[in-house]
Amino acid sequence: MAMPGTDDIRRRIEAVWRIEAPRLIGSLARTLRDFGLAEEVAQDALVAALETWPSKGVPERPGAWLLTTARRRAIDILRHATLATRKHELMEHEMSDWPQSDADPTHSDNEFGDDLLRLIFIACHPVLSTDARVALTLRVLGGLTTPEIARAFLVPEATVAQRIVRAKKMLADKQVPFELPPTAELGPRLASALEVVYLIFNEGYAATSGEDWMRPLLCAQALRLGRTIVSLAADEP
Amino acid sequence: MRFMMLMIPGGYDQAAPGTMPDPEAVRRMMAYNRDLEHAGVLLGCDGLHPPSMGARISFAEGKGRVVDGPFTEAREVLGGYWMIDVGSLAEAIEWARRCPAGANEVIEVRQVQELADFPQEIQAAVAEGATPS
Repeated sequence: MAMPGTDDIRRRIEAVWRIEAPRLIGSLARTLRDFGLAEEVAQDALVAALETWPSKGVPERPGAWLLTTARRRAIDILRHATLATRKHELMEHEMSDWPQSDADPTHSDNEFGDDLLRLIFIACHPVLSTDARVALTLRVLGGLTTPEIARAFLVPEATVAQRIVRAKKMLADKQVPFELPPTAELGPRLASALEVVYLIFNEGYAATSGEDWMRPLLCAQALRLGRTIVSLAADEP
Repeated sequence: MRFMMLMIPGGYDQAAPGTMPDPEAVRRMMAYNRDLEHAGVLLGCDGLHPPSMGARISFAEGKGRVVDGPFTEAREVLGGYWMIDVGSLAEAIEWARRCPAGANEVIEVRQVQELADFPQEIQAAVAEGATPS
């Protein structure tokens, strides 16, 4: 029997990640009440998948595996954080409410739509520079990796990594909560998100530098994000 | 990249006119459709009435000959489709895997031909056809 090649598995992991990243990060940010930590442990889970799945195979429910792995990582980090005493208690409480470890985040629930909206609003938050908003949006909503974002924008990987680190720090410093904005702020916050869609599309569309396949990907990502926003807006009363 | 996910339900070839899906299955499918929509990948989807309510037009004799359904020779027939826009075949396959389909159902994943996929002469023919003469 032919074994699937390493490339096949990598492509599959990439595909799983594109689908699962927003769901995973949204669910973690809601339960951890910490967007930066959620993003970090989600990335750790991806690294663990890249290390494990090629030899052990892709699990039956990859989304559940990623969520369980990310939660374990979050618990480890919080246990080691000395300053997080109060947060730790909060976490223990929250985690007792978490579904069983084999719970499948790919199973549809109503929370998912709200998580996605919260993710869009935090990644496109006006306290962030436009570069930071674009990078963070592509990473948490588009499931793109730092090297992919760097290649698409023709900038060094370190630049993108810096933008993401600074963006997360800015959100933490300004204590931006993982919440839906109050009604009065919805207009400007939505405008900020749509500006990100426009910037991503434009970067792909107006590309002057050659046939790089990463650039059509930006247009596709912008369209996808636009459709997400439209479908979520249609769900809102 | 656009892909069609073609739903092929077993036994649908001989289903009686007006055959309807089970409400519980529809409920599960609607949740799946909403996931596709929220993910920003869904371009459209529909279910199809059984072949017994349709017809086949064949052209073997040079002009169209109509045969009313059901079609005795057909075994795998369409029950519906999704049109999705994703980054790769792998991603289309991952979405298809997540479908809450029944044990007698098969989903075929097919890539849509885009203009850029065609060689120059076909692109020229498309351009000609698109220009009013």
